Amino acid sequence: MVIVTALAFDFTNGFHDTANAMATSIATGALRPKVAVLISGVLNLVGAFISTEVAKTISGGIVNDNLVTPGMIFAGLVGAIMWNLMTWLLGLPSSSSHALFGGLIGAVWVGAGRNGVNFDEVVEKILIPAVASPLVAGLAALVATYFAYRITRRTPADTVSKGFRFGQIASASLVSLAHGTNDAQKTMGVITLALISCGALDAGSGPPVWVILTAGLSIAAGTYIGGWRIIRTMGKGIVDIESPQGFAAESASTAVILTSANLGFALSTTQVCSGGILGAGVGRKLAEVRWGTAGQMALAWLVTLPAAAAVGAVAASAVVHGGTLGTVLIALAAVVVAGVIVLLARRNPVDAKNVNDARTTAVRPAAKAPVGV
Amino acid sequence: MHVKWSSLGEVAVVSFGATVGVVIVFAIGVWALSARDQHRASGGAGTVEAVGAGACFLLCACAVLYGLYLIIPQFH
Repeated sequence: MVIVTALAFDFTNGFHDTANAMATSIATGALRPKVAVLISGVLNLVGAFISTEVAKTISGGIVNDNLVTPGMIFAGLVGAIMWNLMTWLLGLPSSSSHALFGGLIGAVWVGAGRNGVNFDEVVEKILIPAVASPLVAGLAALVATYFAYRITRRTPADTVSKGFRFGQIASASLVSLAHGTNDAQKTMGVITLALISCGALDAGSGPPVWVILTAGLSIAAGTYIGGWRIIRTMGKGIVDIESPQGFAAESASTAVILTSANLGFALSTTQVCSGGILGAGVGRKLAEVRWGTAGQMALAWLVTLPAAAAVGAVAASAVVHGGTLGTVLIALAAVVVAGVIVLLARRNPVDAKNVNDARTTAVRPAAKAPVGV
Repeated sequence: MHVKWSSLGEVAVVSFGATVGVVIVFAIGVWALSARDQHRASGGAGTVEAVGAGACFLLCACAVLYGLYLIIPQFH
């Protein structure tokens, strides 16, 4: 049960995070949309295999793993999935890592009491990097973009955009790989934790191969099926991006993700990438940035952790007090809500064909569509 | 509460430097490449520019390889 839910979370994670890596390459025409998403999915799978360090340490720190039960993990995952689907419907690139942490924190708080959650750790490992990382990525991309345009000022425009498109293929691939070694690990860590807590694995063991494989595959599948919505917001919604900007933004994202992973900060690929894109936009021309969309995203970031925590808390109280019946009810409710969201999304599909159209044309009506029509 | 400001600062400085460095080197590479094309169009060989562009792109490739080295723990 927990494993299926965790895989479902990985699937929605693919909707969000993996899309970020490729968004700018698709927007600038460096890669064709389907090729880009395919590369991204494959590299995420590869990344999942080459490093499982993060998965081994996920449970320690943020919540007290002695107090965690499979029911709480399940409730936390439900919270994270619901939030991921909501933001996906609106095309808002919010952080699925924060949704996962938020859901877990909420569920453990209700299930095991306040001392089940290490709030100091939450502030140090999540909140501060969450604020700092997009700022750093944005600033780096801003300065890099400025220099990129300055140096190639007298160079013919088509040579410049061809050259940087080529560079983007490498930089975007690296972002995907870095994502696979980071975010993909979080779910594997959760599945492993669940297996340990119900006694299927010895304490302290790493994730088995089938867990790595299924987690990687479900992220890849999620990207291919649902990633388009977020790609459109990232690539077209914030700024109209050119290939030197795309290259600068992706280099900044890669640099930030790699250095902070090296020092053990859990940060969100989504936020780093959007920070980078925003910075790249400012670096060329301030007026081109759509601050309204940027503001919506910033708001979504602020709300992500508490909102997922709230859903996780409600689900956890049902599971803890309602026993098996409560668990089944929560599972059914989650399936129904997910179904409604998928139906709403169907009315306004975003796929490889219209991924580079203006964002506002289709997303707004979808967002306003009344539920239950 | 203990916040590691120094490692946070380290992340900021290192990623800023790496990003700006790589993008500047790559931009110089693109610029050199187009200078070579112009040189050739006017009848010259453009060897110096070609070598310069190659060196810039090689430097970027090294940065990518170092990034891969950091990602994969088996190398440490």
